[in-house]
Amino acid sequence: MSIQITAEHVVKKFDKETTVIPDLSLVIKEGELFTLLGPSGCGKTTFLRMLAGFYPLDGGHIYFGERRIDCVPVHERNIGMVFQNYAIFPHMTTAQNVEYGLKQRKVDKALRNKKVKEILETVRMEEYADRLPAKLSGGQQQRIALARAIVIRPDVLLMDEPLSNLDAKLRIEMRSTIREIQKQSCGGITTVYVTHDQEEALAISDRIAVINKGVIQQVDTPRRIYQYPANIFVATFIGFSNLFHGTVRIQDGKKQVQIGDCLLPVLRLGNNVQDGQKVIVSMRADDFTCVSEGGIWCKIKSDTFLGQNMNYAVEFENKIAVETEDGNELVESVRTARHFYRQGERICIMPDAEKLNVFTDDGGTSLMDRGDDT
Amino acid sequence: MQKIRKLDFWTLITVIMVAVFGIFLIYPLFSLFSSALRESSSGMFTLDHFVKFMSRSYYMRALLNSLKIGLAVTVLCMLIGVPMAYIMTFYRIRGKKLIEILIVISMLSPPFIGAYSWILLLGRSGAVTKLFAAIGLQSPTIYGMGGIIFVMTLKLYPFMYMYMCGALKKVDGSLLEASSSLGCRPGRQIWRMVIPLVMPTMLAGALMVMMNAMADFGTPQLIGEGVQTMTTLIYKEYIGEVSGNGNFAAALASVMALVTAALFLAQRHYISRKSYTTNGARPVESKELSSGKKAVAYIFIGLLVFLSCVPHLVVVYTSLYKSDSSMYRSSFTLENYKKVFSSLSKPIVNTYIYGVIAIVIIIGLSMMVAYTSMRRRNIFTRIIDTITMFPYILPGAVLGITLLVAFNHGPLTLIGTPYIIILAFVIRRMPYTLRSSSAILYQINPSIEDASISLGCPPIRTFFKITARLMLPGVFSGAILSWVTVINELSASMLLYTGKTATMSVTVYSQILRTNYGSASALSVILTVSTILSLLLFFKLTGSTEVSV
Repeated sequence: MSIQITAEHVVKKFDKETTVIPDLSLVIKEGELFTLLGPSGCGKTTFLRMLAGFYPLDGGHIYFGERRIDCVPVHERNIGMVFQNYAIFPHMTTAQNVEYGLKQRKVDKALRNKKVKEILETVRMEEYADRLPAKLSGGQQQRIALARAIVIRPDVLLMDEPLSNLDAKLRIEMRSTIREIQKQSCGGITTVYVTHDQEEALAISDRIAVINKGVIQQVDTPRRIYQYPANIFVATFIGFSNLFHGTVRIQDGKKQVQIGDCLLPVLRLGNNVQDGQKVIVSMRADDFTCVSEGGIWCKIKSDTFLGQNMNYAVEFENKIAVETEDGNELVESVRTARHFYRQGERICIMPDAEKLNVFTDDGGTSLMDRGDDT
Repeated sequence: MQKIRKLDFWTLITVIMVAVFGIFLIYPLFSLFSSALRESSSGMFTLDHFVKFMSRSYYMRALLNSLKIGLAVTVLCMLIGVPMAYIMTFYRIRGKKLIEILIVISMLSPPFIGAYSWILLLGRSGAVTKLFAAIGLQSPTIYGMGGIIFVMTLKLYPFMYMYMCGALKKVDGSLLEASSSLGCRPGRQIWRMVIPLVMPTMLAGALMVMMNAMADFGTPQLIGEGVQTMTTLIYKEYIGEVSGNGNFAAALASVMALVTAALFLAQRHYISRKSYTTNGARPVESKELSSGKKAVAYIFIGLLVFLSCVPHLVVVYTSLYKSDSSMYRSSFTLENYKKVFSSLSKPIVNTYIYGVIAIVIIIGLSMMVAYTSMRRRNIFTRIIDTITMFPYILPGAVLGITLLVAFNHGPLTLIGTPYIIILAFVIRRMPYTLRSSSAILYQINPSIEDASISLGCPPIRTFFKITARLMLPGVFSGAILSWVTVINELSASMLLYTGKTATMSVTVYSQILRTNYGSASALSVILTVSTILSLLLFFKLTGSTEVSV
């Protein structure tokens, strides 16, 4: 029932000069919920619309299963699509909206009514069947959009930032609804989900492709994307990471990384590193402990109280940190913090060496031995 | 495959539209200019017509008069329309809705009814004139330049008012609050904040007024009395009993077309440099006026609305009273209506038949032009979008001459047929529907179409099932405006009609010339009632009294 999507060397250009997607190859496995994650303008929506067929390809091929579909018109691809602004037909009732795709497929009336009723129950909208969309809330409209896309039993479900117009609470609720329905329907519909919200991507996906400037940076499970980012773009885009200039020190076969005067044992550093090699080290904002000496010194610039956490904007001494637009930040849990620091105070931190990631000097490649899926 | 198939349908539509507008708009304009540059008898190239126009003060005076009238009317309309819009928008005025309905009706009523009614009141044997004479006073005359300006101002200030209301409603209230918080006094705020913000709209309104004033044919023809304007001159030169000179009339029409085009481009140029978009605006809350100012405001607005309605009242009154020639005694009668329905039913039928045909064509074309120019953008669709708006600024008399010159010979001889009248209606009045079609399409998110296609509905069927269906309310509201202005069209039909194809407005005009004031009034009332009913439908459909003209 569900199918695999294969993209081979897909190219997209807008006018002659701007290339949105230079060369993208990707396999999305059958039945999985696959997320395209990236900053706005990275080409993720463009790629989704190419899967749907709204944009023609300027190179490469796309297959749904064995069938090559990049030359098939949209309305013959058997896709279900959920749009950012829901795109509910405003002149049709809930039931009529959901029924629309079935009518196109010439499903007879009795079966149509049965299917509409079923799917509306699934999305808990059965009592609104005869309402017009103008009288429904954003969340309800999004449920209709989801029902409308799924009721036709599509080969592929495409979702373009479906939750970005909802408020925070509803977003979290809809997140699990989507995931539930996606897994239940037809034994799991192969789903491609576009978002720029990293938390949403981590929460909802089976696998994530992080995209920047039309190029895939990493394809992995949410956990591995977070724990073992493939390069510093991923490290800084997903969660907050502080970046340091470091040097590899290998003594007696023991792999260490030196940041400033601080030597840190990094056990999972790969085998292809050399003693003295310049590297970039990334540390998540909360992966450290405060020590009295022997660590890295920094100065508190400002603090922000966030309830559960205390965020400090800091400045590291001796220019050991890589300069970025975002600056540097440390996060301490309010529950476990012994005391709060004041602006201007100097503190010494010791990074949690097990959780560090090490990249080549240009930040382009991870030097970690990332092992297999865990 | 998909790309090609999509192209097929809309390319076909684009090609058809290019052909249609090429034949019925571009070619006629081309013929107009080429005819203006030709010797009347030999057909050789010549600049004589333009030289003749420039060298004789008789002709130049007509152009000057047109410009003079245009400027004076524009200034007066601004002096009336701007303060009125300001008061109506920013202060609480009772009966706002009724006032606006009356204003819109007077704006869209037959163009010559004003002049005609004022003749009945202030003309040589007018009611007011006689009243004044009876007590030994001389009433102000309605004839001549002053009269033209007076009548046109009353007819055209609503344009200014409607434009300004639209703009003032969009002024963001928080901008004014911001300026107050920074220490700007309320009086100065009007000059420092409000006026600059609505300036582009004010100019657009001023241009509308000026073009309408210069394009008006009925008013100067009826009460000009020796004051010749470009439109009356064009008519006279073409129809002229002594020497019907088509080529010279074409030259005059070309001059007129160039003048209006220049005005239009100048205004566009200014607006493109100074246009402010305020989005997500919170409208200014209307305030209560102090009682002294309130009295002044109500008198000002009341007087204006009364003067605007006078022509309609006069026409209704005249139509219901027995009249021998222009003298009427006070005896109620339906004689005039009986006469109209027995001997002048043909123009009524013509108006409705031509009008309905024109509207059907207008709706079809507008939807296709709007759709292709917005959703299938390419060089051709953009050109079509631009040229279809051109008739918006083309004076009716110029369009009349243009069509006459283009279709008076050859395989497409349309002169004397109903087709040429319908053609004039379509070309002249399509912009209203086109604009409202584009406006509503702009509000329809393309992803709704995408959704339909993704659910398995092919693009063309999606257009008819979803897009067209969602466009309908906007298209209809525009079509009603087109309809109202179609049935009231005079200045182009004036040149194009024959006995058999006369419409109501043309017939009213000829009845006035024959001083058959009774049947002229009765016909006018029928026309006005049609207009009012259509407008009421429009108000109901759009749920507001706002009309974008």
